[in-house]
Amino acid sequence: MGGVERAIVDAERVPTVVVDGVHVVYRVQGARPEPDSPELESGGSQRRRGRRRALGGVREVHAVRGVTFAAYRGEAIGLIGSNGSGKSTLLRAIAGLLPTQRGAVYTAGQPSLLGVNAALMSDLTGEKNVVLGALAMGMSKAQVRERYQQIVDFSGINAKGDFISLPMRTYSSGMAARLRFSIAVAKEHDVLLVDEALATGDRAFQRQCERRIAELRERAGTIFLVSHNQKSIRDVCERVLWLENGRLRMDGRTDAVISAYEQAVT
Amino acid sequence: MSSNATAQLDYRALAERHGLKASGTRPTLSVYLRQLWGCRHFIVAFSRAKLTAQYSQARLGQFWQVATPLLNALVFYLVFGLLLQSKRGVPDYVPFLVTGVFVWTFTQSSVTAGVRAITGNLGLVRALRFPRACLPLALCLQQLQQLMCSMLVLLAVLLGVGLRPTPNWLLAVPVLLLQSLFNAGLALVVARLGARTPDLAHVLPFVLRTWMYLSGVMYSLTDKARHLPEVIQGLLPLNPAALYLDLMRFALIDSFHSDQLPAHVWLLALGWALVVGGGGFGYFWMAEASYGRG
Repeated sequence: MGGVERAIVDAERVPTVVVDGVHVVYRVQGARPEPDSPELESGGSQRRRGRRRALGGVREVHAVRGVTFAAYRGEAIGLIGSNGSGKSTLLRAIAGLLPTQRGAVYTAGQPSLLGVNAALMSDLTGEKNVVLGALAMGMSKAQVRERYQQIVDFSGINAKGDFISLPMRTYSSGMAARLRFSIAVAKEHDVLLVDEALATGDRAFQRQCERRIAELRERAGTIFLVSHNQKSIRDVCERVLWLENGRLRMDGRTDAVISAYEQAVT
Repeated sequence: MSSNATAQLDYRALAERHGLKASGTRPTLSVYLRQLWGCRHFIVAFSRAKLTAQYSQARLGQFWQVATPLLNALVFYLVFGLLLQSKRGVPDYVPFLVTGVFVWTFTQSSVTAGVRAITGNLGLVRALRFPRACLPLALCLQQLQQLMCSMLVLLAVLLGVGLRPTPNWLLAVPVLLLQSLFNAGLALVVARLGARTPDLAHVLPFVLRTWMYLSGVMYSLTDKARHLPEVIQGLLPLNPAALYLDLMRFALIDSFHSDQLPAHVWLLALGWALVVGGGGFGYFWMAEASYGRG
């Protein structure tokens, strides 16, 4: 638990994100567990234990339990932990997308989650999705017009013919992932939150993505990266938060945290 | 525990010293309105995208935007016009029915779409930051665009039965505006309720069907309600859906006279639109910080 002592506030650096005792609770509708479900007895391998309510099929899942830390300008911070440890939930809370049950998140500017998947519609053509996704990220109409060609070129969708005018449902999963990533990185962000978006597409596209992430990192104030790929964490981040069971298990330099994590896992 | 408490204080002080803002809090109403205005292009793009996606898998494609309301009206004509003889006592029954069905469908589908506006787009809500009112408003706009297609059908029907354009037809514009405002407010209300209680989506169809039969969509309400106590006869035409339906009929159909409308009808229509539109917006905004939890 050593890392949590970093609570001593650093006076010289400029904080961009301050997370202060944050709890996040999901409400899951219609998920009443079986009475003898092992999930309830032992917590299961997914370490989020659902608390059962007396009435109806609503369960509450306490995904983040009192996390506190401050992130500073120019930092790249990795988030690691087993599946269901609360990494993605914490990112969404930082982005202000999930309401906190207790505690507060303070940010400079609007942190944005890298990902527009949800805004896209598979029945629409690629070109309409580019416009829709870019508008959904908060770009103005003029910005969309200006960046449109850049997005299409970056995705390489049109390299093998005029695919951008076909509905997205006709794309291969790799092509769709490339287009989504290209839309997502078209905007610049103060605080950028990346959730395992790197591992998409073929090797060449992955390298292209890494370069773009590095570019964005230079311009963004702070970047958070959730990944199970420890190589990409080591490459990008100098500080790592290790979450386990919704709590901050360790917070420190990348080498120290990753080696402690690896020791605990094996 | 005490060191923990001081640490928490320090973090808050740190955030305040550097002017960081608490995220995920509800903006003030005026800021919210400004944000919403900034999102207008997204709202329009989203509603168009939904409309196009709706029929994109069909072979006839966008033709269904016109065909669906036409078939809808045909079914009602078969049942209420031919089988149940509701047309007795209603001159120009076909335009009466078609106007009723189309205008009612606008309200009905706005509410139906509104109740799933948050729950049906939870992925979007949990991925991107935008004023959540964009969603129900975009869905209403989609329904308005659908209604515009229906109005083309209606125009053909009106001309087909021998009605000719009169200056009165222009009244359709303010009626549509008021109805849109009313529908948007209602969609915002059910969007907030549905976000908290998804079960509402299963109850709503029954509420809406009851409301439809109470609004005189397929028959003249004054005829059918004659056996009811006078208080109820007086109240029935005050219901907003009936008001907008009858105002539209008054605008488009010559044989639908103003004596079939309740007193102060325009004032009532305006009142409903302002109260439900404005109230619904405020009601939705109050829970802005809570959407996304599920």
